Amino acid sequence: MLKDRLSIAGKKFNSRLIVGTGKYKSMSECAKAIKLSGAEIVTVAVRRVNITNKKKPLLMDYIDPKKITYLPNTAGCFNSKEALRTLRLAREIGGWKLVKLEVLGDKKNLFPEMIETLKSTEILTKEGFKVMVYCNDDPLMAKRLENAGAIAIMPLAAPIGSGLGILNKVNIRIIRLQTKLPLIVDAGLGQASDATIAMELGCDGVLVNTAIAKAKKPFDMALAFKNAVLAGRQSYLSGRIQKNLMGKASSPTEGVI
Amino acid sequence: MKKIKKIKIKLNGREKLINDNLRIQTLIKDLKIPLKKVAIELNQEIIDKKKLNKIKIKKNDKIEIVHFIGGG
Repeated sequence: MLKDRLSIAGKKFNSRLIVGTGKYKSMSECAKAIKLSGAEIVTVAVRRVNITNKKKPLLMDYIDPKKITYLPNTAGCFNSKEALRTLRLAREIGGWKLVKLEVLGDKKNLFPEMIETLKSTEILTKEGFKVMVYCNDDPLMAKRLENAGAIAIMPLAAPIGSGLGILNKVNIRIIRLQTKLPLIVDAGLGQASDATIAMELGCDGVLVNTAIAKAKKPFDMALAFKNAVLAGRQSYLSGRIQKNLMGKASSPTEGVI
Repeated sequence: MKKIKKIKIKLNGREKLINDNLRIQTLIKDLKIPLKKVAIELNQEIIDKKKLNKIKIKKNDKIEIVHFIGGG
């Protein structure tokens, strides 16, 4: 069997699980969870350097950007201007062109502001960025993002950090059927089986942060997500059986005594 | 001895007094910030790291130094 790998912007990855690096108790906990998850891509945020406390540990000291692909994210940006500023700074830090765009529209539900997201995707693509775009589970908007130059579509499963799992499987399936771009469910997953479902719907990957970082046992959950993604992918590629309203016996009726 | 003039700037959102005519590179060095791991903005414009030794900080300049931290 040919190696089934995730391809993003021409780069190949063995793992289809992308993990966030926020909300962990410590940097070392975060680094260990990432290792156990097998993830090769991690999302990171751009923030001010702490000038007063220089002893604060640095992310790069724990997660080597030469070994793990950093995916700078615009989490916390509420308009195009903020998002563009953040990603241009991210690129300046170390030449990162592969980025995750996330423009939020509401502080309570954290849903994406899609008009600003679309606008930003166009501008960033023109500037040479490879933009993975966090979006609503809306097939029409996903199509527009693709036309605007997005290199990956990242629809939410549910509101960020909610742990509600995939709320609209139909839409995810429709988006899957309409695009050849990498489709990665991002946000809202609560447990490992949610990742399996995403993969069985035909997604190319999932992005998880809170469900691992805030689990009672983050290391065990990281491992659970790793296995769940593998199981879901294998299940998808194996081709599931048809659904039937009535039962179909597994044992032959011939020769019944 | 000639007294060095001090100027007020905003560094990462906080007011700071620094020596007049200080170059950005010297400021970064004084703060012991690893240049390879950060990006620098001067008055909302990204500064090319190669040009840091050429730019002198002026009164009321706004400097932002950012890096990567954990995030979702």
